[in-house]
Amino acid sequence: MGYVWRWSVFLEPVPSGGGTYLGWLLAGLRATALVSLLAWAGALVLGVIFGVLRTVPSRPLRLLGAAYVEAFRNVPLLVQLFVWFYVVPELLPAQMGRWVKGLPPETQQLVASSVCLAIFTGARVCEQVRAGIQSLSGGQGKAALALGLTVPQAYRHVLLPVALRIILPPLTSELLNLVKNSAVASTIGLLELAAQGRQLVDYTAQPYESFIAVTALYVAVNLALLGVGRWLEGRARLPGGFQAGR
Amino acid sequence: MYALDWSSVPTAWPLLLRGARITLEITVVAVGAGMVWGTALAVMRLSPMRPVAWLAALYVNAFRAVPLVMVLLWFRLLVPAFLERLFALPRAADVRLASSLTAFALFEAAYYAEIIRAGIHGVSPGQRKAALALGLTSMQAMRLVILPQAFRNMLPLLLTQAIILFQDTSLVYVASLADFFGMADIVGRRDGRQVELLLFAGGCYFAVCFAASALVRRQRGARVVT
Repeated sequence: MGYVWRWSVFLEPVPSGGGTYLGWLLAGLRATALVSLLAWAGALVLGVIFGVLRTVPSRPLRLLGAAYVEAFRNVPLLVQLFVWFYVVPELLPAQMGRWVKGLPPETQQLVASSVCLAIFTGARVCEQVRAGIQSLSGGQGKAALALGLTVPQAYRHVLLPVALRIILPPLTSELLNLVKNSAVASTIGLLELAAQGRQLVDYTAQPYESFIAVTALYVAVNLALLGVGRWLEGRARLPGGFQAGR
Repeated sequence: MYALDWSSVPTAWPLLLRGARITLEITVVAVGAGMVWGTALAVMRLSPMRPVAWLAALYVNAFRAVPLVMVLLWFRLLVPAFLERLFALPRAADVRLASSLTAFALFEAAYYAEIIRAGIHGVSPGQRKAALALGLTSMQAMRLVILPQAFRNMLPLLLTQAIILFQDTSLVYVASLADFFGMADIVGRRDGRQVELLLFAGGCYFAVCFAASALVRRQRGARVVT
């Protein structure tokens, strides 16, 4: 086949000047990290709020939580992203739409990707939070209410602190999923890691080196986050080996 | 305010149907091949032969650590090179579908392997011991006693994974293959009616996936907790 390996390609300057191809990769990594962080913050907030809603005594609120999950779990991520990026600005009131479309393209891409991934991942976090709360024995909530706590207090001081600890491992894997899902943002032109990889292929004609580097970076991020997750699980563990269903 | 105009949707039917065929084709092939290969991987991971178990674990973890988008791009690169070498196929031949199918089948197998492995673990160890005591070989015990039970227990999860896979097929977009979503996008851009076509596509996915997951829930027999 005669493929010529040339790992030094990463150190070559990019045609636009001011940096090397390695710099492109690192810029991609930064964008992936930024989108993932923004989306994760949003997903945690949404996930906890709607996860709680799915378990409260009020039926309309439970339905609201269920509607959120069903709406965003049953539509492909790519479709959601395109809707956020191409459709939502059109449907906004004219003035706001014009303002959005006047923003620099990079900002539009970043906002659409972060919002989309936050809401998409939030629906999955929501299900984890619900499962965590439901895995607690019913007595905990009742005991909290019997002690005179209001329902919000019972969630805030009794149910959530335990439930969130229980679901730390699945939350770690949701975060890993989020980082991987952020590669979808390359389809709307956001120059994150996967997009930089493709761009590198186009510019250097060294596809294998480029893809290997990008893949290795994804794996490295994955492993690092997995390590952080394990550490956090160890730190947050409740004494007495408290676990789900006890 | 934007004035919605849905007139592009009916005229797009032939293209959308052609796209839907590709979506279904990939889903069916990937679910089938992924389950077969995934089962093999799950059994290999539990093999007493260390290198076999280790290789299967490496395969599963490697695929699960990489975004599907990257996997699709990888196979878009590898499959043409591979075919060219093997069959002297010209590099320009259209192998977008072949490379997407391969990517999905091999990628999904890693996810199916994890589900099936959990299923095998969920079968009580007494079952295996009893099978061995009855004179079945280890392979027979796996095939005739453990796997049938594991599959039955894992059916809801296997079906849920199939629904996720059905949604993920839209990502063949990055391999410049037009499935249902890709066609909707193409028509939308052509007619300047991207808003309507994208919303329509989203609605179709929602209807199919919502109905399918409702069926899975009913099959599981669980009370639908709202």
